[in-house]
Amino acid sequence: MHPGPSLGLFIFAAAMANCLPVLAEPDRVPKGARLAQDVAKGNCLACHAMPTDAKAVTSANIGPPLISIRARFPEREQLRRQLWDAGLTNPDTVMPPFGKHQILTTEEIDLIVDYLYTL
Amino acid sequence: MALPRIKFLTQLLAVTLAAACIGALAHASPEQDRATFIALYHDKFPAAALEDYVNGALMLSADARAQFDSIMEFPPFQGDIDQGRTLWETPFRNGKTFASCYANGGRNIAGNYPYYDSGNDRVVTFEMDINRCLRDNGEAQYKFSDKATMGILTAYARTLSDGMRVDVRVAGTGAIAKYEQGKKLYFTRIGQYNFACASCHMVNAGKILRTEILSPTVGQTTHWPVFRGGDNLNTLHMRYRRCMEQMRASPFPAGSEELNNLEYFQSYLSNGLPMRASVYRK
Repeated sequence: MHPGPSLGLFIFAAAMANCLPVLAEPDRVPKGARLAQDVAKGNCLACHAMPTDAKAVTSANIGPPLISIRARFPEREQLRRQLWDAGLTNPDTVMPPFGKHQILTTEEIDLIVDYLYTL
Repeated sequence: MALPRIKFLTQLLAVTLAAACIGALAHASPEQDRATFIALYHDKFPAAALEDYVNGALMLSADARAQFDSIMEFPPFQGDIDQGRTLWETPFRNGKTFASCYANGGRNIAGNYPYYDSGNDRVVTFEMDINRCLRDNGEAQYKFSDKATMGILTAYARTLSDGMRVDVRVAGTGAIAKYEQGKKLYFTRIGQYNFACASCHMVNAGKILRTEILSPTVGQTTHWPVFRGGDNLNTLHMRYRRCMEQMRASPFPAGSEELNNLEYFQSYLSNGLPMRASVYRK
């Protein structure tokens, strides 16, 4: 028995599964947008402007405007970490620790991350 | 949905201190704290006169200030103030009135509250002395959260101190200990959102939360109760509780020692500012 091919297939399948939610669910971005703007969930507009999203109406200026996200967070994990607990990189931040304090689930954070990368 | 969340929040309560801020103020005297806050705000709002801080966020928006001035010409809550006056002037069963409990008949006293009562080692608020007056005269005490009694009575009684300069005293180890407890709460991050009072009202004062300008801490205690929307009476402790709900924390009760000490700390920071009760807020 040769484990090689099946292990390779397994790794390939696992890698694909990792990508699948993004690739196979075209509605992830609108879902993420809804979560980002839901006052009981991400509530991003309480503190951040989103100048490139016409639907995102706010006068907020506590956090930086959410633009050029791809340039500011080239690694997806960096952005997920920022949403999970922004205090990990800046202890003085006032951004709520959305993951650590269970304001959002990891799946909800991933959906919002997908949306944020469109800004 | 709400109940499990509250339980969760209770477990999260008493979390971390806003290290940078309290670090700078950790060993400061009350007067040094006051100077630090005023200097910080002066850097943020160089054009604002210190006396204007009693207007809170209104001092940073000409439009909001104009609306406020217009509404205050004929306050929609005048009926509540009048009812409070009736309560204040109606004799107790022993024939005395509230005025008999206070120096100067209750005029120009509110700016000295809260004060430290060394005999009982506690901070005494204006509302606590209202209840002491009721008790001393054989009357039933008011609930701190009851708008129809404590709310409207203080809405009138504090107007008797309009124009008085805030003069809160913090002297001696007992008083300083209570002040420090209030200060600690001000800087402690609580609730699911992990906010301290300082998160919004020190560091981010003047910034905009969605549509609302965050007010500076200096001046915040000078004008209570407020009437939100023109008719919804809110005492300072009700406002504290609402803030804590917005932090997704379990609020301390109105009249609790925690909120009394917070009020003591916060009121000291407004020393020298003119009192003005009761006012409209959006």
